[in-house]
Amino acid sequence: MRLWEVFVRPRRGLSHVHAGSLHAPDAELALRHARDLFTRRQEGVSIWVVPADQITASSPDDKESFFDPAADKPYRHPTFYELPEGVEHL
Amino acid sequence: MVTFQDLIDADERVEPRDDMPEAYRTTLIRQIAQHAHSEIIGMQPEGSWITRAPSLKRKAILLAKVQDEAGHGLYLYGAAETLGVAREELLDALHDGRQRYSSIFNYPTPTWADMGAIGWLVDGAAIVNQVPLCRCSYGPYARAMVRICKEESFHQRQGYELLHTLAHGTPEQKSMAQDAVDRWWWPSLMMFGPPDTESTHSAQSMAWKIKRHSNDDLRQRFVDMCVPQAEILGLTLPDPDLRWNAGRGHYDFGEIDWGEFKRVLAGDGPMNRERMAHRKSAHDEGAWVREAARAYAARSAR
Repeated sequence: MRLWEVFVRPRRGLSHVHAGSLHAPDAELALRHARDLFTRRQEGVSIWVVPADQITASSPDDKESFFDPAADKPYRHPTFYELPEGVEHL
Repeated sequence: MVTFQDLIDADERVEPRDDMPEAYRTTLIRQIAQHAHSEIIGMQPEGSWITRAPSLKRKAILLAKVQDEAGHGLYLYGAAETLGVAREELLDALHDGRQRYSSIFNYPTPTWADMGAIGWLVDGAAIVNQVPLCRCSYGPYARAMVRICKEESFHQRQGYELLHTLAHGTPEQKSMAQDAVDRWWWPSLMMFGPPDTESTHSAQSMAWKIKRHSNDDLRQRFVDMCVPQAEILGLTLPDPDLRWNAGRGHYDFGEIDWGEFKRVLAGDGPMNRERMAHRKSAHDEGAWVREAARAYAARSAR
């Protein structure tokens, strides 16, 4: 049976977050199972189910080369900048 | 390059696609599968009381609890599958006895008070065991445990409330509650596993940060919690050696019958055969549902 990844939106205004995975023969049953499995206590207002084999993921092996380009750019953060004494609202 | 050991040393989580030692992977599969099987088999002792619950309220509560246990089993099978093992393999291993479930579920539930004692003591012991697993080094297992622990506290409270109600009811109800506590106390203490001196997997699991506390430490924590709770229930715990030790700051308790633990674990408990027979027949009798769902999915995909 196909493996599905389940994403739940806990409340309006929040993003869908990965909740776990489950087995189901098709998308419709995957949604129903996801409702029973992950929202027994009103944990969600919306559910996405995605076949696990349809997700393309970055590999932990090239984690360094993949994410490194951001490591030497501290000037992308506001804390990089020194402000003169007394400046407000900046 | 961040290695497995770097992650463990830094108290970071290991995630499914990270490199990990083969023994870490197989240890986790064994532990998570055993945990999942326990949740699924654990539906049986209580499931048999759903139709006999004394009120609609108690029936709804018990139904919700047993449904949670099914859910916990599924969260855990899902976590085990991230380690590259198939659900069917795990079920086969349960059915042919290569993998186990907690021996606590091999005890019978002859009275309604057993629903209370299981909630208070068995789920209480499970919580003491499971809370540290929320910080386990393997990410998917830790995340499943966070969800499970949130839900378990309702299980324990409903059991305590049920026992409290019985203990303050008629003399017959109170003695039924006492009898259930007498029967479940020692098996609950056994749930923490063999003493530290004889626990085969403990040291390595602690080094890998799968396990955070020793069996004996967790058992002591459980005893210390239960004694005052039993006093408030107005029930006694069946251990003449149970007394406060001011020097240690803990309750001393009597010797556990490890012979019984080994017998039940080896398959010779009061309910082992019945639990497995029921599990297998439920699986076999459900085969047509799985087939029908697959046929429907195949037809709709065309």
